[in-house]
Amino acid sequence: MSQPVRTDVIIVGGGIMGAATAFFLRKRGRSVALIERGLVGQQASGVNFGNVRRQGRFLPQLPLANRSRAIWGRLNELLGEDAEFLPSGHMRVTYNDEMTEKMVTYAADARHYGLELEILSGNTLRDRFPYLGPEVRAGSYAPLDGHANPRLAAPAFGRAAKREGAEVFENTEIATVEKDGEGFRVEATDGRVFRGAQLMISAGAWGNRLSSQFGEAVPLETHGPQMAVTEPVPYALETVLGVSTNLTHEVVYLRQVKRGNIVFGGGNRTLPNLDTRRAFVKPENTLSQLTQITRIVPALNRLNIIRVWSGVESYLPDDIPIMGPSGKVSGLHYAFGFCGHGFQLGPGVGDVMAELIDTGQTSTPIDPFLISRFQRAQIL
Amino acid sequence: MANPRVIIIGAGSAGVRAAQTLVEGGMRPIVIDESARDGGQIYRRQPEGFSRPKSALYGSETARAEALHSTFDDLKSRIDYRPRHLAWNIADGHVHVVHEGASDALPYDALIIAAGATDRLMPVKGWHFAGAYSLGAAQIALKAQASAIGRRVIFMGTGPLLQLVASQYVKAGAKVVAVLDTSPFSAQIKALPKLIARPDVLFKGIKLVAGLKLSGVPVLRGITPLEIHGDAETGVTGVSVRLASGEIRRFEGDAVGLGYHLRPETQLADLAQCAFDFDAQTRQFRPRIDIDGRTSVANVYLAGDGVLTQGADGAEISGRLAAFAALADLGHAMPDSRINTLRQDRARMELFREGLAEAFPWPHSLAAGIPDEAIVCRCEGVRASELRGVALEKGASELNRAKAFSRVGMGRCQGRYCGHAAAEIVAAATGLPLEKVGRLRGQAPVKPLAISTRRVDS
Repeated sequence: MSQPVRTDVIIVGGGIMGAATAFFLRKRGRSVALIERGLVGQQASGVNFGNVRRQGRFLPQLPLANRSRAIWGRLNELLGEDAEFLPSGHMRVTYNDEMTEKMVTYAADARHYGLELEILSGNTLRDRFPYLGPEVRAGSYAPLDGHANPRLAAPAFGRAAKREGAEVFENTEIATVEKDGEGFRVEATDGRVFRGAQLMISAGAWGNRLSSQFGEAVPLETHGPQMAVTEPVPYALETVLGVSTNLTHEVVYLRQVKRGNIVFGGGNRTLPNLDTRRAFVKPENTLSQLTQITRIVPALNRLNIIRVWSGVESYLPDDIPIMGPSGKVSGLHYAFGFCGHGFQLGPGVGDVMAELIDTGQTSTPIDPFLISRFQRAQIL
Repeated sequence: MANPRVIIIGAGSAGVRAAQTLVEGGMRPIVIDESARDGGQIYRRQPEGFSRPKSALYGSETARAEALHSTFDDLKSRIDYRPRHLAWNIADGHVHVVHEGASDALPYDALIIAAGATDRLMPVKGWHFAGAYSLGAAQIALKAQASAIGRRVIFMGTGPLLQLVASQYVKAGAKVVAVLDTSPFSAQIKALPKLIARPDVLFKGIKLVAGLKLSGVPVLRGITPLEIHGDAETGVTGVSVRLASGEIRRFEGDAVGLGYHLRPETQLADLAQCAFDFDAQTRQFRPRIDIDGRTSVANVYLAGDGVLTQGADGAEISGRLAAFAALADLGHAMPDSRINTLRQDRARMELFREGLAEAFPWPHSLAAGIPDEAIVCRCEGVRASELRGVALEKGASELNRAKAFSRVGMGRCQGRYCGHAAAEIVAAATGLPLEKVGRLRGQAPVKPLAISTRRVDS
């Protein structure tokens, strides 16, 4: 048996959360082992829509989202690679007065968190966004948000972490995690052992399988996002668009990449298979999306889709992630279950988790996301 | 099962014989076909109103083409035939079919996929210029539209289709500048013991080449493609190759037909979640089937060139076998002697298929020599240098990873044309075995799907 790999921190799960945390820990001089079962950024981090969106989030999450947005703005210089971040603006649109009212209230509240949103309707909306469909009643425009390429961002963090000195272990599946007198002991299915004083679990949909080993099971559900992309057409849609609605099938979002393809997703999701790691798109969902995206931009009706895809995302019943220290074991940290809205947060989560692991505290509030909220719920 | 719902995808040689066998077994299958008319590729029927004689279209295979067409004509009242229908997805026991903007989900108790094959292609510098076609496309232009792809046509690649299409062009009166074959003649000699499994076909092949030479078309073997010359404005102007002797030769022409034998169209099998295996001889992943065409997924069967390139005659046999397998699995009593004969025939087809693969090998070693500036993925304009870059500098040695980083295979054709070559380029660059580089995962839609498509529930 070979010697254990010893680092200050072990990170299990190489999605954007784990990869970014590894990167920022190296910036703080901590030694890190980043362990990924497949390839870095291959699951939820790689298959999501690519939204770099702050508006519409749970308000107490905005400080974290703001911190993340600041990092997105200097990502290229930080990583030395282009993840195609475009601060092209983001707009949520409504189809009725009820949702418009909610949107107006949200905009007023978001201002207290430093997020400026512009509410547009009537001719102002039509003049600025002439491609919107007749059903669109109002829009909430966030000029500094935008989108990036999820296929590139997490792997870029992983490579940058490696360049900074992190040890990255891909195709390494973890079987057991435990703490003994020497600190954390993490064992892979092939028998390799990793040792560290601190451990972070950022294993996405598989996070619960690991947190359960520390007696911190959580009601994590998995879903497969339903994505599609059109053939490339001349770049014309700068703004990322999404629908604000209470009806699941109406929830769609779309963005055009510089290359010209329009990416969209939303609506109903599917149940992925955690063991085969495959998730499929239901054809019915694709067909439903086709009718919904043309309500926002009717001209899309003339295009073709060329590919659909899905992946494995994890959700919690209160629709906010698990992030922060363990409620039971000192030196143990979590960052998983980002409920389909983790991509924008990724760089910020990495920065905050590195700060937390390095200093024991964080300058950005994360209390609502502690895993202990589920233990409290069980006691009650 | 009272009235089992059986669906056949494809109305080519395999699909038609499968339909016939099912009808004889008392079924009324649904036959879905993307084309306006039956016949598939090799026995493609010209559009209504076109009047080239069948002997001109099908040559030595006229009798077989006529037999297949008349069988299908007779079947039409006893099947549910749906031409111009595209099977764009398979999920949860349903085939999703789009026709004139409406998408319907058809449930099945048995599904026979006979999706056919397309050209297997190896990029060459300049193959993105207008006037560069696949061999199959060159043949379709002739059969379906009675037109040639150019005034002075060069055919390059390898495989039985290379000489066939060239000689069809000559017969149709087109000017064929040269037939440039990457396979050395020695490979064909070595494969003779297997090719003799079908002496008639072997003889026809020899006659084709002799006929081409007789009409003054140079047939050069063992060549290495170097470049298709041309520019964005005028398109193809010529082709440069290195001859077997080492001499570099340039041929002038305004169109190129390219192809290196065929690759099965396997996306539907992939969407049906059939298991694939790596075939070391032809260096590609193929759906796993038993001798009758059963896949790893219950009630899903594969037939024809869509799984094994045994050619049109082989497709007719495998279509019948797949239908018998489906009938047997649905609880019908089977004529054992008939099935045994078909299986023996198929074994002969399989031996011949292996012989062809030896005689006209996929020239995988060309991948290493493709110049960096050559475009690999024509849909997305990805150059060999970019693909090699993500493989070597970003660790993308698995093909789907290389796609995610470089956009190779991410365009309209979804890697159907560049996928095999992209895998070879990554394998050559990284030194990994091709099997480890893997294959592109199939995703719906099989062909582009209009956003204006609306769901119907029949």
